[in-house]
Amino acid sequence: MQKNKIKYMQQYSGNICLLALTVLVFTSCEKDAVQTLPQREWELTWSDEFNGASGIAPDNTKWNYDIGRGPNNDGWGNQELQTYTNSTENVRLDGNGNLLIIAKGGSGSYTSGRIKTQGKFSYGYGRHEARILTPYGPGIWPAFWMLGDNINTVPWPQCGEIDILEIKGQEPHIAHGSVHGPGYSGGNALTKSYSLNNDRLDSKFRVYAVEWGPDYIDFFIDDYLYQRITPDDVKGKGEWVFNKNFFILLNLAVGGTFVGFPTSGTIFPQTMTVDYVRIYKEKAQ
Amino acid sequence: MYKILFNLLAVSLVFVMGCEKRDIGELQELKLPAKADVFIDDFTSDLAYAAFGGSDVRAFNVDTKETYNNSARSMRFDVPDANTPSGSYAGGVFFSKTGRDLSNFNALTFYIKANQAVNIGEIGFGNDLGENKFVVSISNLPATTAWKKVIVPIPDPGKLTAEKGLLYYAAAPINNRGFTFWIDEVKFENLGTLRPVESSIMNGTNTSVTTFIGVTNTISGLTSTFNLPTGVNQAVNLSPAYFQFSSSNAAVASVNAAGIVNSLSAGTSVISATVGGVKAKGSLTINCAGAYTPAPTPIRNQSNVISIFSNAYVNVPVNYYNGYWQPWQTTVSNDFTVNGDNVLNYTIFNFVGIEFSAPTVNASSMTHLHVNTYFPGTIAPGRELRIIVVDFGANGAFGGGDDTRHSTTFTAPTLVSRNWITIQIPFSAMPGLTSRSNLGQIIFEGGDGSVMYVDNIYFYR
Repeated sequence: MQKNKIKYMQQYSGNICLLALTVLVFTSCEKDAVQTLPQREWELTWSDEFNGASGIAPDNTKWNYDIGRGPNNDGWGNQELQTYTNSTENVRLDGNGNLLIIAKGGSGSYTSGRIKTQGKFSYGYGRHEARILTPYGPGIWPAFWMLGDNINTVPWPQCGEIDILEIKGQEPHIAHGSVHGPGYSGGNALTKSYSLNNDRLDSKFRVYAVEWGPDYIDFFIDDYLYQRITPDDVKGKGEWVFNKNFFILLNLAVGGTFVGFPTSGTIFPQTMTVDYVRIYKEKAQ
Repeated sequence: MYKILFNLLAVSLVFVMGCEKRDIGELQELKLPAKADVFIDDFTSDLAYAAFGGSDVRAFNVDTKETYNNSARSMRFDVPDANTPSGSYAGGVFFSKTGRDLSNFNALTFYIKANQAVNIGEIGFGNDLGENKFVVSISNLPATTAWKKVIVPIPDPGKLTAEKGLLYYAAAPINNRGFTFWIDEVKFENLGTLRPVESSIMNGTNTSVTTFIGVTNTISGLTSTFNLPTGVNQAVNLSPAYFQFSSSNAAVASVNAAGIVNSLSAGTSVISATVGGVKAKGSLTINCAGAYTPAPTPIRNQSNVISIFSNAYVNVPVNYYNGYWQPWQTTVSNDFTVNGDNVLNYTIFNFVGIEFSAPTVNASSMTHLHVNTYFPGTIAPGRELRIIVVDFGANGAFGGGDDTRHSTTFTAPTLVSRNWITIQIPFSAMPGLTSRSNLGQIIFEGGDGSVMYVDNIYFYR
């Protein structure tokens, strides 16, 4: 395991240089884009590798559950159709080092899972990544995301939300990365989509990540930078609230206003397979 | 067979290239063109068309009016009305005269529309007017009045190094009336946006059958499912050549490349399959009971017999040997053929009806009904077998107030286990049957959910 990590960090440093070059070349016509990404080196600070016996629930020292259809019983504010449970029918380890979140059901009645580190772990600036094999099908909505840790005292959207990955299952080749905050939430979130050319996100495990610092949030898929959001982007809209700790969520929703609704062609069950979640801090120079 | 085809192709290529004298062995290495386009705005250079027998040979035309995205030409198919003398359906093959290497593509794609919402019987490729070795098709393909892209995924394209069948279709009238549909922009593609889901044999079920030495079974229900770029699944029907079949116990059952299973000795063997190295869902378990004891061979002369089911005689037309009468019937037919002898095999037997009403049977000159039955399971105390003969009366049809019937009950010791039972019932012992000039059904009742074999059902004198 340790060996892998070192290898990863070496690889990673190399990739950053390449990315810096790419950004420079492709966007050099924009004034703001004439920049060189600093070489970032990361040190693991928290992770769950989801190692454990097949069929057991994920580590309860790291994760807890959202259950039901949301505090207002309205599908978590999005008209989502699923009922979240804490059953291993919906959330369990596969015994091969992966977490499975499984959406089951049909004919308008679905169960699924949503786990979070709220109250157990939260973190701020750093690299937040997960290696995920995504599900597919109309109305299927997997997400790897974060909410401001102060959500219980400072309600959404003021607490902030960073969506590292969202997919609409009827477009299995497009990933969406977004931030929500005061003045730019819901349909007005700052968002960008990344579309694969003649490939699908679910054709293999992919690493979905943000790198987050005081004045930027960079969105990556397999170490390809496809979006940078900065405090300048929210000027005139609202307040930059990404300056505190956020906790992590993983969930698989069925239906809702963002994705649309499942059809007779949606295959159930659908499974979101998560190899790991890793949080890195910037290495002291 | 494959090799012969390839040689043929190679030779025809030489011919095209000017009859150079070359070593045939060397030519086997020659790769056929990996050409993608089938019909974009017209026939591609190697493309030819042949209509299926019995179809309307004028059904296909190149159309310049209704085309996809205002392209120059499309393919138009006019499905005839039912019972049209010039052909009662539309169907045919678009084939490459020389063959193509399709191994680098993973789908046949085209656009389709129709003049009304219809399901088109079958569209696919791999029909080459010859061996039809690598057929892939979609059944009941829906088409509407708007152009729509269709993707026919290829399960294991590596096999298609010399394919001639580029597109085929078969479309029957809807409610006896014809319709028109168009196809355009037909080509092979390599789509990264297709996701293989699974392949299946026996429609994905784990099926078991009891057999005897000499029985042949066929692996059927061959399909493959892919997830399309829109996130929904598309299933395709496959020919056996896409599958690699295997037997878990080759001494008990063998399986050949066509998916034909031969039972060889007593025991159990599970037949499973892979496609492109990936295990297919579903299996067929052969429980071979060993040597088969056939029913006693009938010795009566054909002229003294009206046969409903027997290999010893010419049988009269029979509507069905299992009517699957709902809602109460549980009986399923798993009929088998052993050493050329057909046997009715009723499993989960509670009752089952055989109907022969087109035309009905006039047994006025006959004196008896003959049936052989065999119970491979035990005979529980009190077990009955009732055999009901039904006459449809003067109207020759079921119901109408003129039907008559008689039920004859058999119990132990007539009913025995694991021995053929010969049942012969004189019509004189069937007082409920007031006529036998319009016989239409024989019904077996009294099953306990186990298995019954039946053979040699005939009337005689």
